[in-house]
Amino acid sequence: MALARTDDAAELERFREMQRLCYRCAAEVAATLEPGVTEREACRRMRRWLLSNGVDDWLHTPFAWFGDRSAFTGFRTPAAFLPSGRRLEEGMPYILDMAPVRDGYSADIGYGGVLGENRVWERLDTDLAEYRTLILELVRRRRPFAEIYAEVDALIERQGYRNRHRKYPGRVIGHQVGIIGGILPRRVGFPFGVRFLQTLGRELVKERLEGRSPLWNGARRSQHPPTPGLWAVEPHIGFRGVGVKFEEILVVTEDDAYWLDDDLPHVHRWAARADEAAPNEKANA
Amino acid sequence: MTTVPSPARRARKVRGDGVDLAVYEQGDPRRPTVLLMHGYPDTHAVWDEVAAELAERYHVVRYDVRGAGASSRPSGRRRYTFSYLMADLRAVLDATAPDRKVHLVGHDWGSIQGWEAACTMPDRFASFTSISGPCLDHVAHLTRRGLRRPTPRDLKRSLGQALRSWYIYFFQTPLLPETLWRAGITRLFTRALEAGEGVAPRAGHPARTLARDGAAGVGLYRANMTQRLRRPLDRRTSVPTQVIVPTRDLFVSPHLVAGLNARAPRLSLRTIDAGHWVVRSHPGVIARWIGEHITGATGGTLTPAGSRALRRARVEAGRRPFEGSLVVVTGAGSGIGRATALAFAERGAEVVAADLDLPSARRTAELAGLVGPDAHAFEVDVSDAGAMEHFAKTVLHDLGVPDVVVNNAGIGMAGPFLEHTAEDWRRVLDVNLWGVIHGSRLFGAAMAERGEGGHIVNTASAAAFTPSRTLPAYATSKAAVLMLSECLRAELKGHGIGVSAICPGIVNTNITRTSRFVGLAAEDQEQRRHRASRAYALRNFGPEGVAEQIVAAVRRDRAVVAVTPEAKVSRLISRLSPGLMRLLARLDIG
Repeated sequence: MALARTDDAAELERFREMQRLCYRCAAEVAATLEPGVTEREACRRMRRWLLSNGVDDWLHTPFAWFGDRSAFTGFRTPAAFLPSGRRLEEGMPYILDMAPVRDGYSADIGYGGVLGENRVWERLDTDLAEYRTLILELVRRRRPFAEIYAEVDALIERQGYRNRHRKYPGRVIGHQVGIIGGILPRRVGFPFGVRFLQTLGRELVKERLEGRSPLWNGARRSQHPPTPGLWAVEPHIGFRGVGVKFEEILVVTEDDAYWLDDDLPHVHRWAARADEAAPNEKANA
Repeated sequence: MTTVPSPARRARKVRGDGVDLAVYEQGDPRRPTVLLMHGYPDTHAVWDEVAAELAERYHVVRYDVRGAGASSRPSGRRRYTFSYLMADLRAVLDATAPDRKVHLVGHDWGSIQGWEAACTMPDRFASFTSISGPCLDHVAHLTRRGLRRPTPRDLKRSLGQALRSWYIYFFQTPLLPETLWRAGITRLFTRALEAGEGVAPRAGHPARTLARDGAAGVGLYRANMTQRLRRPLDRRTSVPTQVIVPTRDLFVSPHLVAGLNARAPRLSLRTIDAGHWVVRSHPGVIARWIGEHITGATGGTLTPAGSRALRRARVEAGRRPFEGSLVVVTGAGSGIGRATALAFAERGAEVVAADLDLPSARRTAELAGLVGPDAHAFEVDVSDAGAMEHFAKTVLHDLGVPDVVVNNAGIGMAGPFLEHTAEDWRRVLDVNLWGVIHGSRLFGAAMAERGEGGHIVNTASAAAFTPSRTLPAYATSKAAVLMLSECLRAELKGHGIGVSAICPGIVNTNITRTSRFVGLAAEDQEQRRHRASRAYALRNFGPEGVAEQIVAAVRRDRAVVAVTPEAKVSRLISRLSPGLMRLLARLDIG
């Protein structure tokens, strides 16, 4: 069974609500970020905001990466992902990443931004839009996950960037999400939620029996067509100390796929930028 | 453009402080005035070649310093102090350019006087170019600071300059120097000049009056050196100053420019691989640099190459090491080429990204423009002589002579020798070897002609010294590149152009995905590529690491750089035990 029923509109709506809640949190916390704030402080603000909005468990506690940490520069151990004392400065890129659970319904999002102006970040963020289209199209064509991963890698190379999602545990570009439950207490164990780990562990075993995996990476375990369910997809690209990512839920059904929600800040940002660029292109032509 | 008056020299006498000075003018007097000051033991004639070039655009004034050439010779040490010299200079300025600022250029003692003039009467000069003649007060302060903080480096530098200054101590001894000059040491001097500096005698230099000039000019040292070095003044100037440093100067250490920007905040620094008499050995370069400095100081318009040169020379805090350099990279659309282009751009270089695939070259240029100055993209097939010639011509015409050329484009080919067809061989040699030949030939010639040095980097491979039954064509082509680089390095050394061969080893780039595995069907080919790519990906050494090494090789002028540990080990074994290498070559690693 999948972690979520993709044919149940009401259930999907709950997930959509949850994802919107996360993006609202990200936007509101991002608006409060000022020069000098540390990653730890930013995470604290996200956690408080979410808890005051009914969140009761975590897939993982919120993350924030500032400056070149947004591109995982110098990350060698898993501990490097944890929020640090790095302070935000003018022109610095940042990424906020959170995965809360409320009443069992979970979401996992990544929100990239920059404090002030940064040309490199603008370029990367513009190019990131391509991955959203590419991934969706390849999943719709039901290409094996590992192949999609390779196609994403090829695009990263063409664009001249570096694959940063390979730094995530399991080198994943995505993972399944769904309803989190279980008998274990709602606790967090560095930095993953205990119930999430329990669910994930169960799924790893179950899916393995079917030759699949709830984790999506470029390895042999992902050499299978897209599994129906909800997938948190998180392409993360980096260039010279600047990293950007988006993370949102992709709904995969037996024969189709679509993004759970198109009403998201990065989608609007890209659309606005495309509108801005289009008249210029006409003028140039 | 108005007609250029004949560069004929007009001579006259100007009354200095108690002496008659022989003054020579060339060029249209309505144009900006450039005053060229000669050193010791020269006369104004040391500038003949430079003056002739400058006279086409400027009003060029020269004079024989008191005691030299056709100027009169005061007797007594006191008559050579800075106050007399400055009075002479003022007299010449009043006579030739009374109501405007002039551009001052000094060589050797002319430059030492120039510093004094630029610091004491800055309102009379629009720019100053100093060649091989330091500000004495600066040298004194620098030496004191070095002795106060006697680190090994400071001591080494102080000692270096102390040894270079042997003649200064000698000139302090009474009578002996004069006696030697008069006793016919001039012939020895002329011969030493030719042997040591490559400066052949010609009419006017060394001057016929050399014996007298040498003897009288000793006064300059006796009247000023010890005084200034013992009690240095705090000299500073607001005049835009360009210091030209010949790196093989036997008399003035290049390190003397350290900390100079505190004295001259508007400072530019240019080094040239030449000896002390650089105005004779490289007159074209010197005239061009003087012209560029003048144009920059007066806010004139420059060619792209000229304005880049000024940016390259500028001394300021936070300046990036390749600011104002032009760097050409072939095969810049991916892998090591792209990473190299970006590494140079990040350090301030203007990058020309060339690749067979134009969109990928454009992408590299776009990324380079994000981290550095605006870059350019070109489509070029390095194996095509005609295309390469066209490419080089376009770059030289539109952008100027590159300072660094990275001949990086290459293709991979693997499989048994007996399976390689003649066409396979042609292809691999055309790209890997001929591409490097064309790039080195076309850009190397332009660099040598410009005379300002430069650097050529050729991407060879660890395969260049690692024989293998699986890579006969590829390894052969790369071994040729390595040898070509070594030969070229020997030849271009004299032009101040460095040549480096880079031997990366196993680097994770798309070369494995585009390599040809000879003698295989299409699907086996694909499988091999996939296998090789996986192996290279597992090795996980990124092209960025190679790019850093290439930048370092240029900065330190390294001959051969083995990049990855396996390349280093292979190079070591190939030297220590070629027999072991031959044994390993038999392994079929395809």
